[in-house]
Amino acid sequence: MWWPGDDSLLRVRPRDTDWEGVRLHVVTGKGGTGKTTVAGALAIALAAGGRRVLLMEVEGRQGIARLFDSPPLPYAERRVAVAPATPTLPGGEVYALAADPEAALVEYLEMFYNLRHAGTALTRLGVVDFATTIAPGLRDVLLTGKAVEATRRRSGGRLYYDAVIMDAPPTGRIGKFLNVATEVSGLAKMGPVRGHADTVQSVIKSPQTAVHFVTVLEEMPVQETLDGVAELRGLAQGGLQLGGIMINMVRPVDLTEEQLQAAAGGTLDEHELDTGLKAAGIEDRRGLAASLAAELTEHAREELAQRAQRTRVAEAGQPCYDLPLITDQMDLAGLYRLAAALREQGAA
Amino acid sequence: MRPGPALEVDRLLDDPRTRIIVCCGSGGVGKTTTAAALGLRAAERGRHVVVLTVDPARRLAQSMGLSSLDNTPRPVPCAAAEAAGGSLHAMMLDMKRTFDEIVEAHSDPDRAAQILANPFYQSLSSSFAGTQEYMAMEKLGQLRRADEWDLIVVDTPPSRSALDFLDAPQRLGRFLDGRLIRLLTAPTKAGGRAYLKFVTAGFTMVTGVITKVIGAQMLRDVQTFIAAFDTMFGGFRERADDTYRLLQAPGTAFLVIATPEPDALREASYFVDRLSSDQMPLAGLIVNRVHRSPAAHLSAARSLAAAEVLQPVPGSGENPSDLGENGHGNGNGLPVPEAGPPDLRGMPAAAATMSRHPLTATALRLHAERMQLAERERRLEESFSAAHPVIPMAEVLAQPEDVHDLDGLRSVGKELARGVRLS
Repeated sequence: MWWPGDDSLLRVRPRDTDWEGVRLHVVTGKGGTGKTTVAGALAIALAAGGRRVLLMEVEGRQGIARLFDSPPLPYAERRVAVAPATPTLPGGEVYALAADPEAALVEYLEMFYNLRHAGTALTRLGVVDFATTIAPGLRDVLLTGKAVEATRRRSGGRLYYDAVIMDAPPTGRIGKFLNVATEVSGLAKMGPVRGHADTVQSVIKSPQTAVHFVTVLEEMPVQETLDGVAELRGLAQGGLQLGGIMINMVRPVDLTEEQLQAAAGGTLDEHELDTGLKAAGIEDRRGLAASLAAELTEHAREELAQRAQRTRVAEAGQPCYDLPLITDQMDLAGLYRLAAALREQGAA
Repeated sequence: MRPGPALEVDRLLDDPRTRIIVCCGSGGVGKTTTAAALGLRAAERGRHVVVLTVDPARRLAQSMGLSSLDNTPRPVPCAAAEAAGGSLHAMMLDMKRTFDEIVEAHSDPDRAAQILANPFYQSLSSSFAGTQEYMAMEKLGQLRRADEWDLIVVDTPPSRSALDFLDAPQRLGRFLDGRLIRLLTAPTKAGGRAYLKFVTAGFTMVTGVITKVIGAQMLRDVQTFIAAFDTMFGGFRERADDTYRLLQAPGTAFLVIATPEPDALREASYFVDRLSSDQMPLAGLIVNRVHRSPAAHLSAARSLAAAEVLQPVPGSGENPSDLGENGHGNGNGLPVPEAGPPDLRGMPAAAATMSRHPLTATALRLHAERMQLAERERRLEESFSAAHPVIPMAEVLAQPEDVHDLDGLRSVGKELARGVRLS
């Protein structure tokens, strides 16, 4: 078996992880690769050991609510899951927040200018929409600003959250999204938002933040990941830290190397298959061996194609983590399995 | 268990009245590949086709034998299309370039230069959420008016939600024509002053806060931009309305693309409802990456049972080795042992060596997995059909490898045209 067991979160012991010191985990990826699912699993993994983490989404899709099978999330931090306790470690808590720029702006106005009532009125007038519209960077800075605020929040002399995980925009938009100070500086050369953006940027471009990519082993998502990594590397001189590459939906390899090559080449021994079917007591075997051989061939070709993509992913030069394909509908049990896989591999 | 009607792709492609095909759906479902495959198939059936994509993936260009795509339709070399009297062009939307062209076409050179250099314009034309959708529609309108092609196949931008595609163009139009933008910039225009008298108090507060948030410089940029852009404003909303009507017109066909997964089908469902409430002509649903088995008569359960006859697995049934897996966390807080006691650990290994037909056992297990996957997919599609019983559907089987060339696109097109539901 590829994965040592589904209960491996139980075997986790306190130890160093690959991202020690990172407190803001930004998770991006191409659409359809399971970005939200992986962000959720990472949140559970990071919560293990009695920690409190915040999982935050920024695109108004309510993907987190669906993932945790909870009612739509408001602009408020709600507990959506617990990390299971283990014999050696206490459980932990996962909070979730669906951030939206309007509410973030109202909060910002209140925090910095004591303008809560004005903010609420402006929201009704559509001014907030207007302001975030004429300055798209403003929208992003409000959302990243909210993540940074949660990351730095203190309560009773200690940090409120041990980690913040952001289900960020997809790979195609991530560079712009994170490069807020630059995006905003083109617009607001000296406005107060500029000062706010600089603060946000200083956290995002610090060792406290890492940007993880989610991909599957298919050509286009892998290409987008490599492009995204290259783009962020360009921004990395400013200190942006690239994180891991989470390879999602990895299928176990069920064939030996010899069988794999034979299957991919279409030279499987159909007679041997048929003998096996007979030994298994299957009576109506007409055409069955040929059909199963065809299925094996497809499976093998998929596996070889995935191998080629894996080599390309490795070219990015970032740590890679495998997440097993969950064949059933994704639910909490599936999320815990993914979380366990992340912990076993040292991602959290 | 009544499947929806079959989508007749070839009839759609061959009908000379079909002038625009819009492929929409959530991200990662294969919109772009589907659009290219439909375009190729139509060209090879004798139509003059242009494929407009918003996807910057080089792979698409390469699969059509082009090194890259840009904002101008480029001919795709394809002998089969020529032989059939058709042709294929492809282009990729450059939203900034398209916006610039509108500005250049609608103002004198000095003013155009002034607009193009404005920082606010630069932000609006390259990063406003909605500009890409607006410009995709604008380009579609241009291609339609040029009338050089008799079929335009377009895929939609990878929006946050598939619905943005319909809303964003009007949002940009509304924004540029909006009262608020006029209100804010009123001091630059004589006509605005009378109106202002009614709203002075509110205006002061609004500009006050906006200045606080975005800075006075930004507001000045916006005002300069509005002043220079003034003559074009009415046009924007009008253009958005025009393209909206173009989409409703006969001759346009929407294809909703999905994969047999809950999220993608949920988005598809929203989209179908929205198209019908907006009276947009929906041609059907295409479900990509569907899994089926050539040995469907061997059920998952029987297949697994047969596999177990050949090769008993640890963890199945009452196998004693289960105790080794689950019994170790005995709640005493001690470190968990790496594996069970040696005598129990030996069991699965012994069972594995007993198997005389490992290849068959593996094949049967993989077959069972595939049957289960196919069954899950079928249930998802059925619940879609139940909610939308009259929507024609087509399925495309999952391909083991990605599409790399015209042959690959051609075989996707063939699958699409098979039309009948594969179940």
